[in-house]
Amino acid sequence: MNLVENVLEGDRLALARLLSQVENDTEEGRAALEALFPYTGNAHLIGVTGAPGTGKSSLVNQLARHFRKEKGCRVAVVAVDPSSPFTGGAILGDRVRMRDLAGDPGVFIRSMASRGSLGGLATATAAVTQVFDAAGYEMIFIETVGAGQAEVDVARLAHTTLVVDAPGLGDDIQAIKAGILEIADILVVNKADRPGAEYTERALKGMLELAHPTRRAFLHHGRPMGTSGQEEEPRDAPLWVPPVLRTIATQGEGITELAEAILHHAEHLRASGDWATRERARLQSELDALLQEMLIARFREDVPQARYEEVLSRVFQRALSPWEAVRLLLDGRAS
Amino acid sequence: MTERKIRVLVAKPGLDGHDRGAKVVARALRDAGMEVIYTGLRQTPEMIAEAALQEDVDVVGLSILSGAHMALVPRVIELLKANGMEHVKVFVGGIIPDEDVPRLKELGVAGIYGPGTSTEDIVRDVRAAVQGVASS
Repeated sequence: MNLVENVLEGDRLALARLLSQVENDTEEGRAALEALFPYTGNAHLIGVTGAPGTGKSSLVNQLARHFRKEKGCRVAVVAVDPSSPFTGGAILGDRVRMRDLAGDPGVFIRSMASRGSLGGLATATAAVTQVFDAAGYEMIFIETVGAGQAEVDVARLAHTTLVVDAPGLGDDIQAIKAGILEIADILVVNKADRPGAEYTERALKGMLELAHPTRRAFLHHGRPMGTSGQEEEPRDAPLWVPPVLRTIATQGEGITELAEAILHHAEHLRASGDWATRERARLQSELDALLQEMLIARFREDVPQARYEEVLSRVFQRALSPWEAVRLLLDGRAS
Repeated sequence: MTERKIRVLVAKPGLDGHDRGAKVVARALRDAGMEVIYTGLRQTPEMIAEAALQEDVDVVGLSILSGAHMALVPRVIELLKANGMEHVKVFVGGIIPDEDVPRLKELGVAGIYGPGTSTEDIVRDVRAAVQGVASS
């Protein structure tokens, strides 16, 4: 069975199997990703992150249902839950909140364990979204593990990032710290029927008012990514100010407004050129990671293990510094 | 290549609301290093088969305390087959009268566990069943 062809033809069993191959980083999975790459780049990737218990899964459930009903586009959900650091096992429970999506052939939900990755996603999450993208899913929701303050990987992957907050989780100092709130394109106050919802909303809005909206570019080795560094910033392009929206996911309240904000953000990204900037940045980090991996693999092929061990021993004896050792291994001389 | 994890779907088909057993088993499988997709209460056989397909699981564990196992289990197995997932091992836990056991095994159920079963036995059987598939 040719998995790639079957996936492109819409075979769901083939898709499920290929996702496993990609998640397990097998030879077959890698080859398939390579074959599928020309078909990617069409999906709108929407990241959903926030502290545990804020209602991320329930929101994704409602949003997916909304987009199915209103737009009829095919929706994929990648839901990440943490792996145990001790046993490597995991309980993946996000489907419990997504039962409304059962029975709809236009929806595909895949749970992933984080498998030791610390940024709120699994290492293979980006690759899994690429498979969904190639398979023709137009909207892909990426739900992170319950995130604290620094799990910001999702914003590098997604076009639109939702940060979900709920009443009672922290004061306005939490709101101005760097990290998770900073990555939000849309801020959601879920469980808005709970006491304190207004206070949470005010704290978030206050945080936004303190900041000046800026064009967002991730730093990569201290340099902004996604631009060649030469081109001038377009000065007249409008800046996006993240809206703060209230929802009650379990009752479906505020979902229409949230869905509109997501579509509005996609329009903004396209109009301002940020869509391309983000795509370019994402591809750059992917390319860099691959390059690093291949260079190390090639180096290992060229330098015999015994030689490597010998140099390592000399470093261990303090006869060589690690820098001298690297020069020795790469250039054949230490100085 | 990363190590291949055993993926298990734990589901409660039918209408009884007692999910403690299912949660204990899910937790034990997690502690044994498996990835457990937990789907919660009141699942239809259709929902279970669909989730098993999307998650590409090796094992489906059904917890049934309502007495409806002779209707629910055959239906789940039938739908798994219809989805092309005949390789998936099905385990059943809950209140299953002895006289129903032979019929369920005939249908292809890989293991049946009543109250008082040690979770170690379940973990061992699940591992053995999955490795049987991998080596064949």
